[in-house]
Amino acid sequence: MEFERPVFELQARIETLKQDSRVNAGEISKLISKLSELEGQVYRSLSAWERVQLARHPKRPTTLDYIRMISDEFEELHGDRYYGDDPAIVGGIGKMFGMPIMIMGHEKGGNTRERISRNFGMARPEGFRKTLRLLKMAEKFSMPVLSIIDTPGAYPGIDAEQRGQPRAIADNLKEIFGIRTPIVVVIIGEGGSGGALALAVGDSILMMEHAVYSVISPEGCAAILWKSREKAPEAASSLRLTSEDCLKFGIIDDIIEEVHGAAHRDPEGNAEKISERVASELERLQKHPIDILLKKREEKFFAMGEFEEPPQDA
Amino acid sequence: MNWLTRAKKGIITWRKKDVPDGLWEKCPSCGEILYRKELGKHLSICPKCRFHFRINASDYIDILTDDGTFSEINSGITSSDPLDFKDSKKYKDRLKASKKKTGRNSAIVTGTAAIKGHKAVIAIMDFSFMGGSMGSAVGEKIVRAVKKAIEERLPFVMVTASGGARMQESILSLMQMAKSSAAFAMLSRAELPYIAILTNPTTGGVAASFAFQGDIIIAEPQALIGFAGPRVISETVGEELPEGFQRSEFLLEHGMIDMITSRDELKGKLGFFLDSFMSGVSAIAEDKNLENDGKTISIIR
Repeated sequence: MEFERPVFELQARIETLKQDSRVNAGEISKLISKLSELEGQVYRSLSAWERVQLARHPKRPTTLDYIRMISDEFEELHGDRYYGDDPAIVGGIGKMFGMPIMIMGHEKGGNTRERISRNFGMARPEGFRKTLRLLKMAEKFSMPVLSIIDTPGAYPGIDAEQRGQPRAIADNLKEIFGIRTPIVVVIIGEGGSGGALALAVGDSILMMEHAVYSVISPEGCAAILWKSREKAPEAASSLRLTSEDCLKFGIIDDIIEEVHGAAHRDPEGNAEKISERVASELERLQKHPIDILLKKREEKFFAMGEFEEPPQDA
Repeated sequence: MNWLTRAKKGIITWRKKDVPDGLWEKCPSCGEILYRKELGKHLSICPKCRFHFRINASDYIDILTDDGTFSEINSGITSSDPLDFKDSKKYKDRLKASKKKTGRNSAIVTGTAAIKGHKAVIAIMDFSFMGGSMGSAVGEKIVRAVKKAIEERLPFVMVTASGGARMQESILSLMQMAKSSAAFAMLSRAELPYIAILTNPTTGGVAASFAFQGDIIIAEPQALIGFAGPRVISETVGEELPEGFQRSEFLLEHGMIDMITSRDELKGKLGFFLDSFMSGVSAIAEDKNLENDGKTISIIR
């Protein structure tokens, strides 16, 4: 990305100097601390539209990258048992810190070929039905759930509509309030509309610093409200889709700060942060009796939204 | 869009704006010129081809409920523009215009009414209020209406008409899908019936939440129902959409809805289902009362 150029230039310079035996170590360490300062400056002063670019960064770790890094073992489970297996959504049983956990999420794919086969992380009804199947399995065997969000949205296709896209999402949204096991949600990249939300109801909702979460893509919003997709940068800022905005509006519980400025700069380091955070959230959630947890889950969402009400109507 | 697709039979272009006042109205389906007063007498159904013109929330109250039984609740709840949203127009101004046009404070009307003698909680979306879009006010009113149904052990009837979530409230409006779903999950646990009537259009976040959570899902004829809008789908897949795609008849064929019912028969159907479901609900309540030596107990779970 253009805005990252100073960071990469400095990093390249450090690498070159490291090869040069005439340069002393003190000078290099000075440059390294300058690099981390620069990372802070560059990645923390981005516009909303640049944040969207960062959330969609081609090098940004995907759900499967994180699953590989945070779980000791992972067995992927396939299929919705009604129609097919949706490659845009992955799910299965993993072990984190030796404990079994149901992990699911949207998978965008790491390169062009993968992205095409994963349909860019845009799920069809069978994807949502697969997650509901796995949620029920997790509940049955008392496994906690980690749900990882990264999608532009549900797939707007003829086949998806034919097989009941709205019903599939609606089912997830209704059923999840009755799933009797703790659920932690981490939004890692793009939280796009209903396709994201269908996997994003839980007891603890975390968001990576540079992830975005919105009702519609800035391009889609611009096309409708500004009648021009070119107005996407304006739409991005109007939509208030950054992690800070989501925290302010009470949509998420916390932000996971990204190390080395942005997740793609240090996938391992960021994965470690996620796994520590998920573990501490699960420990906290598992202290509550499940009925209390369900009540709180419901109340969390009942409290979302801002409206006005005249006093005589209250 | 290709001009040829429009020439095809069965593809109907809906008016974007409400029909201006005038004596005559042209049916967009069959082209028949209709006398407006006459059309009103037929519940805005074209007498020639049965095309259903769009009507507002007040019209549905008249059509579906017993005379004089409707009592509105939470009518004052309205959106507060938490994002200070501005596109080509300010959201505040759009809200003001919609309020003036409809005389309502939000895109949904909620309350209690009798339907063929059965008391029910009803919620009716109003497309003329910012396309029936769902923001925080709509979500809150639904939750309160559902809670009322549970408290009073009443069935719930919803009429949807919405393009989906309201963009001007961004993430807050997206969350209304989860919020309203939580309410209907609660209603379901309380074993109270929920009948959803889907009218033209029911798409996006409204379709992908409470519209498809009904125990019974009824659609008006030829209503556009789906998650993604036809234009978005057509652009994404790069091909023309099949004839009748995402219309009520298509959904019925694909097993997504229980039935298609003309507007003039809706009330009768509601009466039948409310009667069938609520006699079971009352019987359970009576059983529970007997078990407790006639002491009234709450069976709200």
